[in-house]
Amino acid sequence: MTGPEATPVAGAEAGPAGGTTAAVRGVVAAEWTKIWSLRSTVWALLLTVALSTGLGYLIGRTFSTSFHDLPPGQQENFDPLFPTFYGLTLGQLPLVVFGVLLVGGEYGSGTIRASLAAVPRRGLFYGGKVLAAAPLVLAVSAVTVLATFHAAQAGLGPYRISLGADGAPTAVVGACLYLTLICLFATGAATMLRSSAGSLAILLPILFLGSQGVGNLPQLKPVLQYLPDQAGMVIMHLTLPGDPRFGRDYGPWTGMGILVLWTAAALIGGYLVMRRRDA
Amino acid sequence: MVGGAGDFRGLPAARPVPSVDRVIEVRSLSKRYGSTVAVDGLSFTVRPGLVTGFLGPNGAGKSTTMRTMLGLDRPTAGEVLIGGAHYRRLPEPLRRVGALLEAGAVHGGRSAYHHLLWLARSNRIPARRVREVLELVGLESTAAKRTRGFSLGMVQRLGIAAALLGDPPVLVLDEPVNGLDPEGVLWIRNLMKGLAAEGRTVFVSSHLMSEMALTAEHLVVIGAGRLLADTTVREFVGGSASLEEAFMRVAGNTAEYRAGGRR
Repeated sequence: MTGPEATPVAGAEAGPAGGTTAAVRGVVAAEWTKIWSLRSTVWALLLTVALSTGLGYLIGRTFSTSFHDLPPGQQENFDPLFPTFYGLTLGQLPLVVFGVLLVGGEYGSGTIRASLAAVPRRGLFYGGKVLAAAPLVLAVSAVTVLATFHAAQAGLGPYRISLGADGAPTAVVGACLYLTLICLFATGAATMLRSSAGSLAILLPILFLGSQGVGNLPQLKPVLQYLPDQAGMVIMHLTLPGDPRFGRDYGPWTGMGILVLWTAAALIGGYLVMRRRDA
Repeated sequence: MVGGAGDFRGLPAARPVPSVDRVIEVRSLSKRYGSTVAVDGLSFTVRPGLVTGFLGPNGAGKSTTMRTMLGLDRPTAGEVLIGGAHYRRLPEPLRRVGALLEAGAVHGGRSAYHHLLWLARSNRIPARRVREVLELVGLESTAAKRTRGFSLGMVQRLGIAAALLGDPPVLVLDEPVNGLDPEGVLWIRNLMKGLAAEGRTVFVSSHLMSEMALTAEHLVVIGAGRLLADTTVREFVGGSASLEEAFMRVAGNTAEYRAGGRR
């Protein structure tokens, strides 16, 4: 049945060295195709931009019209960056849904089996997925943050600031990083939980309640202020530094560092689950 | 007997793949889920050039065995080698092994075309190959539609298209006739025979004995996760009136049965 020419060629098509880069490129291209070929993922990204921008304008406008009703002390300490980025606490939710759908959608539909049959090396598959999503999420975050900033300034009218104003560049960069990290945190969490519904049932209430100020309750703050979304709020000027109630026990970049640790932990946890579990 | 199988329907192969690369070896395979034993010390070899039927009642461990072949499930003990290598080690596995998984490994919100396109990209298969396999399975007119509205038969055809995407020398098909109408059953039967005649390894599971009697030349029969027979269809049926009767005769016998032994 097998002639003398039948030398085994297993693995000969792609050498281990040059093959890896090409393999990663292939997986990233496949993941990219998956993202834009589904309405749900595309809509989640568009909604992130639209919702954040719309809320930015509305909140800016609300502050602008009711500025004179604020007590004089608050007028003096008014930080235009607070209304500018407050809308992101809700605007982030579609982006978190996107992060969850990246992986959860595969488990929900059974596509995960086709994915792992096509890319059986789990680390390559998972790494390629994160590598495909991260630049896209960063780009969408940048568009969202810049659009939200300008919409909020339009709403703020006389109280508006420029992009170069004190603290604004850091807050803008921080907001881009925040959105990107919180989305990848969601991806890691969804990989650990292997389900969209389960992940959203946990993530959305936490993030929604966080934005509604649960992190400021004196009894809960000592712990809750270290949750990923709370840690990211400082750099966006959504907390009041030094304020006993609304302040945090850490600075903006420490907060960002805490969020980076959360995201890294979620992604690593996702990898360990992906590597060990049967599909 | 192998030779030019590589240029099967359009995808130019770099070189003919030697037939030793097409052998599937299942070695002392066991798989437990908690306390449930799905596969229990299973060993057999699947050879190229003919359709090998994988037969057993529902729950016998066929799907578990196939998932393990594809690296989706990790064996509790034993291993499966395809051309001497573990599936997880194959660099671009779709070019080596084409698999039809249980129906439903497709996202309903994605079009048939895009489902095949991401699969192709993942293994660096040219995008034009997507059109070719869509035509081959007769889905070219519905390629742009989302698969949510597909009938079970159309989903099966899409699964076959995915299996053929990389023009692989080895095919592992789990219950391919499920949900197909008579015309589809005839089509898949001829397709499998044709692929085997080109020198490919075709390993196909079914719980439908009569279908296997018409399609397969060789049979691997399992029950409760254990090997019951590894033989030709002719020998397996033997004196029985049908494959069903032969199966009941073997399944009723607790002793391991190997008419003809392993070739």
